Amino acid sequence: MNNTKLALCVAVALALGACGKEAPKTGAQGGAEVKIGHVGPLTGGIAHLGKDNENGARLAVEEANKAGVKIGGKDVKFTLLAEDDQADPKVGTTVAQKLVDAKAVGVVGHLNSGTSIPASPIYNQAGIPVISGSATNPKLTEQGFKNQFRVVGRDDQQGPAIASYLASEKKPKLVAVIDDATAYGEGIANEVEKTLRGAKIKVLPREKGTDKTTDWKAILTKLRGQNPDAVFYGGMDATGGPLLKQGRELGMKAVFSFGDGACTDKMKELAGEAAEGLLCSQAGIPPQAASKAFLDAYKKRFNMDPILYAPFTYDAANLLIEAMKKAGSSDPKVYLPELQKINFTGATGNIQFDDKGDRKDAEMTIFTMKGGKIEPIAVIKSGKTMSYDEFVKTMAK
Amino acid sequence: MDTFLQQVINGLTAGSVYAVVALGYTMVYGIIQLINFAHGEVVMIGAMVAFTVINALVPYGLPPLTIVLIGTACAIPVCMLVGYAMERLAYRPLRHAPRLAPLITAIGVSIILQHLALLIWSRNVLAFPQIIVSRTYLIGGAAISTVQVAILAICFGMMAALAILVYRTPLGTAMRATAQNPQVAGLMGVDINRVIAATFLIGAALGAVAGVLFGTYYGIAQYTMGSILGLKAFSAAVLGGIGNIPGAMLGGVLLGIVEALGAGYIGDLTNLCAYDTLAPRIADCAGGGNFVLFGSNYQDVFAFIVLILVLVFRPSGLLGERVGERA
Repeated sequence: MNNTKLALCVAVALALGACGKEAPKTGAQGGAEVKIGHVGPLTGGIAHLGKDNENGARLAVEEANKAGVKIGGKDVKFTLLAEDDQADPKVGTTVAQKLVDAKAVGVVGHLNSGTSIPASPIYNQAGIPVISGSATNPKLTEQGFKNQFRVVGRDDQQGPAIASYLASEKKPKLVAVIDDATAYGEGIANEVEKTLRGAKIKVLPREKGTDKTTDWKAILTKLRGQNPDAVFYGGMDATGGPLLKQGRELGMKAVFSFGDGACTDKMKELAGEAAEGLLCSQAGIPPQAASKAFLDAYKKRFNMDPILYAPFTYDAANLLIEAMKKAGSSDPKVYLPELQKINFTGATGNIQFDDKGDRKDAEMTIFTMKGGKIEPIAVIKSGKTMSYDEFVKTMAK
Repeated sequence: MDTFLQQVINGLTAGSVYAVVALGYTMVYGIIQLINFAHGEVVMIGAMVAFTVINALVPYGLPPLTIVLIGTACAIPVCMLVGYAMERLAYRPLRHAPRLAPLITAIGVSIILQHLALLIWSRNVLAFPQIIVSRTYLIGGAAISTVQVAILAICFGMMAALAILVYRTPLGTAMRATAQNPQVAGLMGVDINRVIAATFLIGAALGAVAGVLFGTYYGIAQYTMGSILGLKAFSAAVLGGIGNIPGAMLGGVLLGIVEALGAGYIGDLTNLCAYDTLAPRIADCAGGGNFVLFGSNYQDVFAFIVLILVLVFRPSGLLGERVGERA
């Protein structure tokens, strides 16, 4: 019993310690303080991605402070309130309220769609503009909130992108589509199927697993009998890896393709040799394709390369600052209209928003597994497919 | 035909793993009438320990088979320790309590073990290092890999060894005696506590091996893997007749095959567009579309349909004894 109490005390102490560390620093010197929030998971399985996102936003804020940005003729000092939502929807709403109470004038985040969507009504009620650099679920900007933006593409643009790449580059006659029966997996699989049918490609009846399925052999054996030229799976890497491995074990020769959930280097660990040659898509562009100025600055400041979405959160934070500069005010009500009609060229290219707050002409990137790493091979922008090298050349200009 | 054969091979492989796990349930139930719901977690811990050891050994460049064997050799004692601790700390103090108490304790132990594993190995899906290069052979159009052959051989080998242990050795005789009547067995000089502890140890050792087999076959391990595997193995034990050792073996293999065939064919059978009388009435069927009532995502449901059917029509299982004898 004493041990339990001790353990509890330690846990509480640790939790308090953690809170203390993350508490925002107040009392900025020189000029009025303008608080910009950032939310992403800083603990848990994808903490590294959360930190990467935070770094992007932090870099933008620090650069603005160094450059001595004036808003409405007055000196200001930006501070970044970095919060941890643990990728948990419940914590996400708590943290959102915390930022509202702390009088943040704009928020970059959240990282996950699952936390962004429940948090969005809270920001909306407070009238604070929110720009996500990584939430791709279409629902986020379909709620009619005027203050919700994102600088990455949407899942429903991703399905058509990978499907059209598959159709035009691999020319399959028969495709099998599998999903994991989650909102994400089913959603992207539906989009892929629609695009394939539109391209007059035959699609087999949908096969479904769950997000915990480890044994795909029954489904794959059945598909093998029908001999599809390509297989698309809408789901995460934890289930996609075993699926790919088992497919190859059964001697399937089809091209395996995946959405962003299974577009990670982890596929190599999970599927081994079988991962070689898989196709997958991601919303946005790989961090290596961001502007050189950003990449150099990030490397110099954090002593590492950006992992995934840092260029997008960097742009998101810069968009907030830019809109404030244009409006001459850091009052959310005043600068929100400027944000809606902004035309800004950032680390990820030109950014303009449509009526919903989605980025116009968002890019999608197609990857393949080569030598145990996923490598970008093509970028799809406004329905046009460009090879990756070509795209990088246009970005470097 | 090759599809059918392939499904049977798939089912047989998965089923033999279920069978080995089911043995752990059935042995414990046979002796103390306790459904040890934490057994699935023992299997998970076996896989996790093996994962850690194998991962640590890979850089030393030992032969892959040696590494996996060392991993298994480490997983077995750890699982036996967990099994023994579980019996000693959680179940023995409750041996004379009402039946519900140890059952609830078993669920509690399962939750504790799962969360301990979460603390140690994180919530991520761990990728088992793919060091064993698996060769695939074609038999009548069906692919069977060396890993599958090894799993079948190991599982059936272990089952045979267990059968010999139970039916041919003094310990086995003591176990069967304790199962029939603990009091009388005690009076005959059988140390019941030792026999029960031995049962848990053997079950845990089998579970550890099953965990390693599962991990190497599917290439993944996660802290939650024990719950669904445990439930299926439990269904297999009930299917064969809980408390009955050959029954658990039969139940596991049958369940694996039923699951594979079910998942493989239910989609075709319930595709309403495939039936000429129905097809014209369903809008989705137009132009080669499909309307599938139950897809292959119902795979996991088969284990539980089987469980319910058995409980309704043959509560004592396929090879089970009449429950009345024991009362």
